[in-house]
Amino acid sequence: MIKTVASMELPVGEKFKIQKNRIEAEHLTEGVKRISIVTGIHGDELEGQYVCFELLRRIRQQEEKLAGIVDIYPALNPLGIDSITRGIPAFDLDMNRLFPGNRDGNMTEYLASEIIQDITGSDLVLDIHASNIFLTEIPQIRINELHREKLVPLAMESNVDFIWVHGASTVLEATFAHSLNSIGTPVLVVEMGVGMRITKAYGDQMVDGIFHLMEKLGIWTGNVTPVRAPILSDDPEDVVYLNASVGGVFLPDVRHWERLRKGERIGRIIHPLSGEVLDEVTSPVDGILFTIREYPVVDEGSLVGRLLRKKLE
Amino acid sequence: MRKVTVYEIKGLYRDDFRVNGYEFGEGEKAVCIVGSMRGNEIQQLYCCSQMVRKLKQMEQDGKLVSGKKILVIPCVNPYSMNTQKRFWSVDNTDINRMFPGYSEGETTQRIAEGVFAVISEYQFGIQFTSFYMPGEFMPHVRMMGTGFEDTGLARQFGMPYVVIRKVRPYDTTTLNYNWQIWETQAFSIYTTTTTRVDKKSAGEAMRGILNFLNKQGIVEYHSHDGYISQVVKDTDMVSVRTNRSGLFEPTVRVGDEVSKGQKLAYIYDSFEGEVIDELTAPVEGIVFFMHSEPLTYSNTAVFKLVVRNE
Repeated sequence: MIKTVASMELPVGEKFKIQKNRIEAEHLTEGVKRISIVTGIHGDELEGQYVCFELLRRIRQQEEKLAGIVDIYPALNPLGIDSITRGIPAFDLDMNRLFPGNRDGNMTEYLASEIIQDITGSDLVLDIHASNIFLTEIPQIRINELHREKLVPLAMESNVDFIWVHGASTVLEATFAHSLNSIGTPVLVVEMGVGMRITKAYGDQMVDGIFHLMEKLGIWTGNVTPVRAPILSDDPEDVVYLNASVGGVFLPDVRHWERLRKGERIGRIIHPLSGEVLDEVTSPVDGILFTIREYPVVDEGSLVGRLLRKKLE
Repeated sequence: MRKVTVYEIKGLYRDDFRVNGYEFGEGEKAVCIVGSMRGNEIQQLYCCSQMVRKLKQMEQDGKLVSGKKILVIPCVNPYSMNTQKRFWSVDNTDINRMFPGYSEGETTQRIAEGVFAVISEYQFGIQFTSFYMPGEFMPHVRMMGTGFEDTGLARQFGMPYVVIRKVRPYDTTTLNYNWQIWETQAFSIYTTTTTRVDKKSAGEAMRGILNFLNKQGIVEYHSHDGYISQVVKDTDMVSVRTNRSGLFEPTVRVGDEVSKGQKLAYIYDSFEGEVIDELTAPVEGIVFFMHSEPLTYSNTAVFKLVVRNE
């Protein structure tokens, strides 16, 4: 059943709505579990769109196997999705820096507060992101070290390739995930694929993972596929950042999730006007490339990739 | 006056990205003044350009105190100004959310680090800045309530108000916050406008800064002392919010004194022209901030009032 989570009038003849679709078991028992699938906080990240669709499609094929509640929120920032805008259009604000919001605050704070209120109490929340338009990410879950104890065991069951436990940061306190995790509603932040595109294979992988999690929580009684064993990284030294040494056009030589030896070439930064190669980007360590630049134009400092070291056999 | 390059990176097809600074005097790093950091901060650029012009004149007239160095950076982000984008031209990040910066990081982190390395050891830091919402302000000096702030110093500007802002999580990456953490006394100066030049409030801000520098023995400047500043916490201001979305027509101006119950604005239905909301002042006070766009959303704080003390 489609429900409106928050709504308000816009200045010129339009009603703004954030909606969710709730599907639930025909007979709900006491203590029934609820999973919430959330995406579209950043309007340019679309990978979660396919996940929402495919999850609904597969549940409907065997609706009798549903033993709990599934809430699907495909567009927390509908104006952003509709206008290819990462933040909230007109406000130029990153929606993922507004939580937990304020019911008596301005439009953006009010929306954030209504969203939190609606989702609070879920037994598990997946917040699906798609990197940004610049970088492609292998399906991964990112966990603030403050919440690792509760979240890592759940993430291990989610069929991602990689779990990245990262340090706490004051700025991240205003994210959707942090706001809910701090009040006891567990949120797994999924990053996969690239902005403005849909990678169907990653979407299918994630949907398999969601069914597996639903089965673990007792929300799904149907068959599920076994999940892959992810690589877990909880040491900041494991992750190596590759930033462009110079502005130019980045041409990659390697593929995503490739195992690389120290010194191996990852790509070149070229200068089309002069025909020169400005820099050769090489791997500083033995490792796996879990992030790679998708958008070719780079400034000095632009992120070209991220490597995970030490995890080779 | 010496023109210096504070930070630069090579461009692909554009001219190199350069942050230019103007140094006056030698010796102790006394004050650094920073202008626009976002592409729409035209007034902030204008204010700094006028500071450069004035200081150049004062230097020629022997009005700068020897042994004190002044640095003015009119614009930290010429790339965004020239493309009329508010944030960084490639990835839309905000340089004023990147401090203290990181030299091995992404582009705007590197810019923040490169600039901060040059400007962080000054005794005083003054930044012309803008608000995230479009609107007009009473000119004021703003400080973060970090625990290190000195409101007595801020009053030396002689601007009408000193505002103490409660620190939010995202403030910890701004220039003002990091200046204070690294022991520079930091002040943000808000003039009336952002996207257009307002000479009156720019002049008021310039006189405020020169008053302050005179009191600190950095320049010789003799003018009237300005106002006896009222210190206000941002959390003590009274917000007036819209109940409806539509066309916004204020009936007062920034700086006006308003009585309790006085009409502040009408909101009209944008198709049928009927008044759908009337905003009134809930207290007697001064209009400190006012929304400046012709359309408004509902629930928006379109006015902030400083409550009258008397």
